[in-house]
This record gives sequence, structure tokens and C-alpha cells, in this order.
Amino acid sequence: MIKINNLQARVEDKEILKGINLEINPGEIHAIMGPNGSGKSTLSNVIAGREDYEVTGGSIDFEGEDLLDLNPEERAHKGIFLSFQYPVEIPGVSVSNFIKTAINESRKGRGEEPMEAREMLAKMREKTALLEMDKSYLSRSLNEGFSGGEKKRNEIFQMAMLEPKLAILDETDSGLDIDALRIVAGGVNKLRTADNAVVVITHYQRLLDYIKPDFVHVLYNGRIVKSGGPELAHELEEKGYDWIKAENA
Amino acid sequence: MSDEILDEITATDYKYGFTTDIESDTVPPGLNEDVIRLISEKKNEPQWMLDWRLDAYKTWLEMEEPEWSNVTYTKPDFQAVSYYSAPKQKKELGSLDEVDPELLRTFERLGISLDEQKLLSGVAMDVVVDSVSVATTFKKTLGEKGIIFCSMSEAIQEHPELVRKHLGTVVPKRDNFYAALNSAVFTDGSFCYIPKGVRCPMELSTYFRINEANTGQFERTLVIADEGSYVSYLEGCTAPSRDENQLHAAVVELVAMDDAEIKYSTVQNWYPGDAEGKGGVFNFVTKRGICERNAKISWTQVETGSAVTWKYPSCILKGDNSIGEFYSVAVTNKYQQADTGTKMIHLGKNTKSTIISKGISAGKSHNSYRGLVRVGARAENARNFSQCDSLLMGDQCGAHTFPYIEAQHPTAQIEHEATTSKIGEDQIFYCNQRGIGTEEAIALIVNGYCKDVLNQLPMEFAVEAQKLLEISLEGSVG
Repeated sequence: MIKINNLQARVEDKEILKGINLEINPGEIHAIMGPNGSGKSTLSNVIAGREDYEVTGGSIDFEGEDLLDLNPEERAHKGIFLSFQYPVEIPGVSVSNFIKTAINESRKGRGEEPMEAREMLAKMREKTALLEMDKSYLSRSLNEGFSGGEKKRNEIFQMAMLEPKLAILDETDSGLDIDALRIVAGGVNKLRTADNAVVVITHYQRLLDYIKPDFVHVLYNGRIVKSGGPELAHELEEKGYDWIKAENA
Repeated sequence: MSDEILDEITATDYKYGFTTDIESDTVPPGLNEDVIRLISEKKNEPQWMLDWRLDAYKTWLEMEEPEWSNVTYTKPDFQAVSYYSAPKQKKELGSLDEVDPELLRTFERLGISLDEQKLLSGVAMDVVVDSVSVATTFKKTLGEKGIIFCSMSEAIQEHPELVRKHLGTVVPKRDNFYAALNSAVFTDGSFCYIPKGVRCPMELSTYFRINEANTGQFERTLVIADEGSYVSYLEGCTAPSRDENQLHAAVVELVAMDDAEIKYSTVQNWYPGDAEGKGGVFNFVTKRGICERNAKISWTQVETGSAVTWKYPSCILKGDNSIGEFYSVAVTNKYQQADTGTKMIHLGKNTKSTIISKGISAGKSHNSYRGLVRVGARAENARNFSQCDSLLMGDQCGAHTFPYIEAQHPTAQIEHEATTSKIGEDQIFYCNQRGIGTEEAIALIVNGYCKDVLNQLPMEFAVEAQKLLEISLEGSVG
């Protein structure tokens, strides 16, 4: 689905990604772990196409297309979704109006007709139920006055509505209590199909107890320095990151 | 956001910049007593009206142009302005078929086809093109309820007792420099009277449009809601593109008698000048309403046009339990300057006022909110809530807030909230990531920001206002 080849990127004058190689196939869940400042969020922002990040080398191939040629909304139309670590507030724009606009703009981008109002409504009902959200969520201003947990749940709600091919969850577990974590993770699991893929970015093993990864990668100093199965996450949880740092010093 | 995107977004040209070729009957530029006599004579006015104008003119001569507002411009040369311009019409008009086709085309380009308006929306239009009303619709339906909705000229002829009784009672001739000028030279405008206990069955709507090069436009509007009546009045304007500055100095007076309610909504889109700040309309308007006992006046405005705006729709809450409201969205772009806000004068007991002001500044523009809340010595239990928000786009514009509060009664409760924010790169990227392009994202964010005000507008107007906001801020991104 996505092939990242020797990807290098910088913010202002600082080199952050120094040659990332990663391949993800449909149906897979990948976890990316690593200490603060290792480049995890930069990687997700570069995939999503944020302007402040300058790609200085390498390539990203998404279903046979060069992703780096596309602007952020075009990437979204192709099925790339980023669950933000810090979702922004947009006062006066309701969750339902926002998601309706997002879905129909994406459809327009793909040359499709807008979604019927009835279908939209039914889908919103289904997905709010899936994430155990109260219907009143839909009429609230996007993220305004939301608690940390509500913001994260709202991100997964949008993911459920947009049905992306590749979802990147950037520290979706931060700010969630254990119940919210269970609900959010449960939602992600239920949305899993043989055709889509998920990248989970996290510091902690905790989320991976709920969303079981097929592969775990350790990002350190702008490179993936170790890859393995779920057992690698447990090892990190036990030993911390110091041994990784020592190995790559 | 990169500067490039911002430049593109803020560089959209005025979409309504065209002029209509209609033969006009224009008085040579300049102002003196003879010109006023000529205007009055052309309009076949009674002596009392002429005397009133001449008195206003004398007052005006002694007044000085105000300089306290937060705007800078070259003062108009009042002797270079032509004070009367009427489209030449050969005969009285019985139906739309008789209206100059050129004029109808203009309306169509503005998206306000009279036919459509008549058939679909049930909105009665009193269309003012360059000072003289050329078409009035739905008069019959209104007439059955005793509602008078006509041009000011017609009201002076047909209902002199009402005009004489109320004209200048809310905005006196000597109120300010521009109000005095308007009183001396106003050529037309709208007049509306709702009889006792009548609820006006439709939105009354007027489109103003400046259509003659070098012509000052001096509208005079008077709305009278008699005891227990209700009316919703819509005023919208677009102006064609001009190189030289045009002066627009309107006066609007609202009279809400006991238990009456007036809702006055404006969408203002006069020509704002070009990308270099050349040209554009000077919009120096005095709008004020008076509320008697239990009466309510609600002003809603969406201001996107004009090079310089100087406007404070106000409420005098004279009667006990009366209510004043002001909902405003003011957008400035390029080199536009706006100094706008309201005055809420609480005189009666238990009077309440609400002020919601949303300023949006882009380009190199300056946007000021100026508001006064005054609670008089008799105004026991007066309440005010004000919220003044500013939204900035880019780093070359300015937003300013000048709230004035004067409370002379110890029971007064006055709340003022203010915020300033920027449309963030983060918000735009968030929308982009969800598949929403930058232009749509800005429209979405701006509409959300203005929601509390747009919600106050009647439905069909709200849609138009939303479109206008998008046009005012859109660019050629993507």
C-alpha cells in the first residue's frame, strides 16, 4: 500500500528524518515507538503533507503514486488519515457540519457525487454509537471545550466516517483514561478490514494491549533502528529506551 | 500559512464592479441653497420640507467634519459632488416590463432578479437606483394590512403628517456633520409604517446601489412601528467599480413605539477600492432607533465593502423594559478601513442590551470596534452584555477595540468580553488533512466564527451574506 524509501526531511534548518524505510501492506497494523524527539510526529506530518516540513530526499509511494507530488487535501482524498496528537478547535463549526464538508469535499476530489443527507445521518448515528458518543457531540463546535479524551474520540469518529485506507494515529492514547482508551481502541479494531492499514504512534505499550500490532518499529534519531513483532514493544516497556540509545550512540 | 497563499486569498477583485449605461438626469456638482431648492423643486416637495432642508444646511455650514475615528482618508470636496441624479424615465411605470431593460440586467448580474424575488421569495422590494425608486412591488398585499412601504419622496407627498411628525426625531438635523448634510440634500430612501398591532407578513427589502459616476448618495430611511407591531427590514447594497471616491452618507431612523419590534438587517458591499487602495466608497452613516416601553430594536449588519466605513447603529432605550440588540460582522481587506460599532443608551428601567461584534481583518486593512454603553441616572436594573471578537488573517492588518462604558446607576450590570485570534496554519492544515481545500477551509472557519451573527439574519439573507463573506476573502488558491 505504502512504500517509504530513504525518506529525509527537515524543519527549518534541522534534519529530523535521516532515511526512513518502511513498507506497509493492506490489513496490517504497524506500531512506531521511540523516545521524544526521535521524529515520530515529523514522519506522520510528512506523510500527511504538512508544509512546514521540507522533504530533502527519498520517496513515498502510495498505491503506485508519488505521494510527495500531492497537496494535503489530495492525499486525504486518496485515503490518508491522520489522527492528530493535538486536534485544533474550530469555533462555530459543528462536528456534523465539519465531517459533512470533509466527506463531500473528499468525494468531490474523487469525482463522486455528494453523500445523500439520509445516508450521512445514518452513518453518523452508527459511528457515534460505535464510539459510545452521545448524539449531542455532533452539534458541538469542533473540539471547542472538549476534554483531552473527547478530542481523541472525535478524531477516531472522523476516521470512522471517512473510512481511510491508511490511518495514522499520532499518540492517540495520550490524555485518555483507561475507559476512553478501551473505547477508542475498540473502535479502531472494529474499523479494521483486510483492505486498510493502521500506523499507531505511541510512547507506551499500554495502547498496544488493545490494538495488537503486527509489526513494531523503533524510531531513534531520525531512523528506524529496530523492527520486530509485538514482543519488541514489551521489551521496550521493560527496558526503556536507554539500550536503544546505547546501541545507536 | 505562507505569505503567497495569503496574498492570493486577499487579492480577489471586486465581483460587482461594473456600471450600467442609463441616461441620467444629473445636477452639476456643488452645494449651495440654490441646489437644495432645485432638489426640493425637482421632487415637487411642500414648503415645510424645503424649510427643513435649508435649516439643516445652515446648521451644516457651521459644523466641522469629525476626526475622532480611527480612519485616515482624504476629506471629500463637498463642492465637487453632484447632489442629485435620477435615471431618466419617460413615463410612470406600471409593471416590470416597463423598467429599463439595462437596469433589469444589472439586477440580474447581482443575482437579484425582481421577477424571481417577486415570484419565489415573497420579498417586497423597493429598489433604489441612484436616489429615485423605479420599482415597488407587493404594495397591494401590504396595503391591505394598512402597511405603508414606499420611497421617501412618495411618503412626503402621500403621508406628510407621518413624515413631518417623525423625521429627525431620532437623528436630529444637527446630530453630526454627515447627518446634517444628509438632512439638507437627501434625495430619496425608504419609508415604512406598520400600524398598531400589525405583524408585517413579509420581510421588507431594499436594494441600494450607487450608479452614477461622481454622485454622492444620500439616502434617508424612516421606519415607524406603531404600538404592538412587528417588522423585519432588510437593506442590502452593492456598488459598481469607480476610480474616484464616492461619498455615501445615509441616515436611518427607527421608531419602535410601545410593545413594538423592529428587526433591521443590512448587508453592505459597496466598492472597497482596488488592490492598491485606490477608489472605493466612503460610507459615513448614521443609524439610530428609539425604543418606547417594552419595545425592541435589533440591528444586524454584515459589512464587507467600502473603502472607509464609519457607522454605529444605535438604540435609545427610552421606555422601561425595552431591549436593544446589535449583531455585527465587519470584514476589511486590502486597504479598507472600518470604524464601526454601536451605542446602547439605557434610559428606562429594566432595559437590556446585547452587543455581538465580529471583526475580520485581512490584507493591509484596519478594523476597529467602537461601542458605547451608557446607563442613565433613572435606568434602574439596566443590563448589558458585549462581546467583541477580532479575527486576523496575515500579519499586515490591524484590529482595534474601543469600548466606552458610562454607568450612572448603581444597579447597572455591564459585561464586556473581547478576544483576538488568528486563522491559524494549524486550523487550515487540519481541514486540509480531512480533504477540505484551503479556500473552503477559510470559508468554513470564517462562517463558524460569524455564526452567532449570521444566525440573526433572515434565511435568504443569511445565505447571501455567507456567499459575500466567501467572495470577500476568497482567492485563486488551488
